Amino acid sequence: MSEKGHTILYLDGVSVSFDGFRAINNLSLVLDKGEMRAIIGPNGAGKTTMMDIVTGKTRPDTGEVFFNGKVDLTKHDEAEIAMMGIGRKFQKPTVFESHSVEDNIMLALSGPRSIFPALFHRSSPEEKRRIDEILATIRLEAKRDDLAANLSHGQKQWLEIGMLLAQDPKLLLVDEPVAGMTDAETEETARLLKEIAKTHSVIVVEHDMHFVRELDVKVTCLHEGSVLSEGTLDFVSADERVVEVYLGR
Amino acid sequence: MITGKFFAAGADRRIAITIAVLLAVAIIVPLLNLVAPPGSALHMPPYVVALLGKYLCYAMLALALDLVWGYCGILSLGHAAFFALGGYAMGMYLMRQIGDRGVYANPILPDFMVFLNWKELPWFWYGFDQFWFAALMVMLVPGALAFGFGWLAFRSRVTGVYLSIITQALTYALLLAFFRNDMGFGGNNGLTDFKDILGFNVQADSTRSALFAATAIALALAVFVTWRIIGSKYGKLLMAVRDAESRTRFLGWRAENVKLFAFTVSAVMAGIAGALYVPQVGIINPGEFEPANSIEVVVWAAVGGRATIVGPIIGAVLVNTGKSYFTGALPDYWLFALGALFIAVTLFLPKGIVGMWDAWKTRRKDHKAAAAEDRAYALNAASAEAEAGGTWAERKTGPEPQPAE
Ligand SMILES: Nc1ncnc2c1ncn2[C@@H]1O[C@H](COP(=O)(O)OP(=O)(O)OP(=O)(O)O)[C@@H](O)[C@H]1O
Ligand SMILES: [Mg+2]
Repeated sequence: MSEKGHTILYLDGVSVSFDGFRAINNLSLVLDKGEMRAIIGPNGAGKTTMMDIVTGKTRPDTGEVFFNGKVDLTKHDEAEIAMMGIGRKFQKPTVFESHSVEDNIMLALSGPRSIFPALFHRSSPEEKRRIDEILATIRLEAKRDDLAANLSHGQKQWLEIGMLLAQDPKLLLVDEPVAGMTDAETEETARLLKEIAKTHSVIVVEHDMHFVRELDVKVTCLHEGSVLSEGTLDFVSADERVVEVYLGR
Repeated sequence: MITGKFFAAGADRRIAITIAVLLAVAIIVPLLNLVAPPGSALHMPPYVVALLGKYLCYAMLALALDLVWGYCGILSLGHAAFFALGGYAMGMYLMRQIGDRGVYANPILPDFMVFLNWKELPWFWYGFDQFWFAALMVMLVPGALAFGFGWLAFRSRVTGVYLSIITQALTYALLLAFFRNDMGFGGNNGLTDFKDILGFNVQADSTRSALFAATAIALALAVFVTWRIIGSKYGKLLMAVRDAESRTRFLGWRAENVKLFAFTVSAVMAGIAGALYVPQVGIINPGEFEPANSIEVVVWAAVGGRATIVGPIIGAVLVNTGKSYFTGALPDYWLFALGALFIAVTLFLPKGIVGMWDAWKTRRKDHKAAAAEDRAYALNAASAEAEAGGTWAERKTGPEPQPAE
C-alpha cells in the first residue's frame, strides 16, 4: 500500500482482451497527486481503452486499478467513479446537442445526483456564479444561450472541458482535446490545460506533438497495450523503439 | 440568443393554449349535449360525446408515450398494456358495482365467475367494490409493472430495438394471460355490461358528459404535469440521456434511474387514460393488449410530432378521426392507410405536424429578420462603411468570438 500513498492513479499489471485480442497488456502506470501526464502512442495502442478501464466502462481481466491510493476502481461503475472525482472528456466530443451551452454546464455542475432534487431544482445565485466562471474560463460566454449543436468542433471540445471543470473532479482524463482545432485554438487549449493542471491531476492523450511539447510534462508512450517508453518528451522521442512504431512513420 | 428565448416562450404559450382549449372543451361539449335541445343544430348526440371522450383517452396515452419516446428515446411498443391494465382495474370496479343485477343475480360474484362455477371471489378482486381502491390500483398496477420491468431492463442496459422488442413481448404475454379464463378477468369476453359508476348510470347522457369532462380535465392535467417535468432540471437530464447517455453516466448521473422515473410516470398516465376509457366504451377485453395497438400509439405520436407534448395529442385525435371514418366507409383499407400514413410521415414529416410547423415558423422568422437586416444595411451601408472602414460582407458575418490573446 505504501507505494500507492501519494498516487492519484495507480495501475499495475492490467490486462484486458476483446474476443481474444489483447487491447491492454500488463499495463502499469502511476500518476502522482497533482501531476499532469501526456500519453502518446499509435492508433490502437490502447490509450482510450486505458481510460475506459479507469472510468469503469471496461472491466480489466486482471490487474489493479487504484484511485487516490486506496479506492479499488474495478469495484465501481461509471456513475460512482465520476462521483469520486474522476472526470473524462471523450475522444469524439460529446456534449448535449439539444441543450444550450449554459444547460450543458448546469447538468455537469457538482451537486446531488438523484432524481427528486433534479425535479424540484431551482438555480441559485451561487450556481449562476459558477457557470459564469466556467464559461469565462472556456471562453464561451458569448455562446451561452446557443444550442451546443451549433458550436464549432473546437468549441464543443472546450464545452466538454468546461463540463469536466463543472464536475469539479480531482483527476481529469482528457482524450485528444485538440483534434480538429486550428493552431490558435490548440495553443489556447494548451494554456487552458496548464491552468487546470495547477489545481488538478490530469492525463492528456494526444497525437499532436507540438501540443504535447507545449504542455511540457512527463510523457508516456503506449504501444500494443503496454508502456513502451516514459520520460521527458525529448527522452521519449529519442527512444529508438518509439521512433520505429510511432514518430518515425 | 433571442431566438432561443422567443422559441421557449412560444412553446410555453402553446402548452397554455392547449390546456385552455381542453378546459373549455370540458365545459362546452357537455353543454352542447345536455343543454342544446335534441334536433337543434347545436345539439351534440351522445355517441359523438363518447367518441370524443375516447379520442381524448387515446391522446393521453400518446402523451404518456411521448414522455418516454420523445424525451428519452425509449421506443416502448408496449404502452397499450399499461393502458389496458388501468382499464381492467376500472372494469373490475364497474363489475362489482353491478351487484345482484347480473344475469345470475349473485350479489358478490360477477356473472362470468358464476358461469365458471366459482364459489368465491378471488383475492385479487377484493377491494374493487370501493372506488378509491380501484382508483389507486389504476395507477399502482401499471406503475408497479413499469417500475419492475424498467428496473430490470434499464439496469442491464437494454436499449434500442432490443428494448422495443421486449416491450412487445410484455404486452403479448399479458394478452395471452388475460385470454385465459382461469386468470379471473373474464377471459376472452373481458369485462362488460356495466351498470353504475359512483352510483350514476353509465349509460345516462349526463354521466357520459361528466366522464367526458373528467377525461378532458385529466388530459389537461397530464399536459401540465408533463410540461413541468420537461421544463425542470430533471427534464433536461432526460433529454441529455436520450442524446448522450454515456456522457450523463460519466458526469455521475444514474441514467437507469432517470429512465425509470419517466417510464413509471408514463405508465401511470397510460393507466389513468385506460381507466377513463373503459366506462366510456363500456367494455374492456384482452384485445386491448394486442401488440398492434401499442404500435398504433407510436404512429399517433409520430404523426403529431414527438417531443412536443402537443403533437401526440393532435396526432391521436387526427389519426383516430381518420380511423373512425375509414372503418365506416372503407373498413378493409384502414390498416393499409395506417401503414401508408406511417411511411409518409417518416419520409416527409420526420418531425410530425408540430415539428414541421415549428421548422417552418423558424425559417420564416429568420427570413424576415434577414430581410429587415438587409434593409437596415442598405440604408446605413454608405455611412457605416465610411465610419468603420469595414465592408458590407465583413459586417454581416458579425464578430465571431475568437480565442483571445
Ligand atoms: N469495446 C471494444 N470491443 C472490441 N475491441 C475494442 C473495444 N475497445 C477497443 N477495442 C480495440 O482495442 C484496441 C485499442 O483501442 P483504443 O481505442 O484504446 O486505441 P487508442 O490508443 O485510443 O487509438 P486512437 O489513437 O486511434 O484513438 C483497438 O484495436 C480497438 O479496436
Ligand atoms: Mg483513442
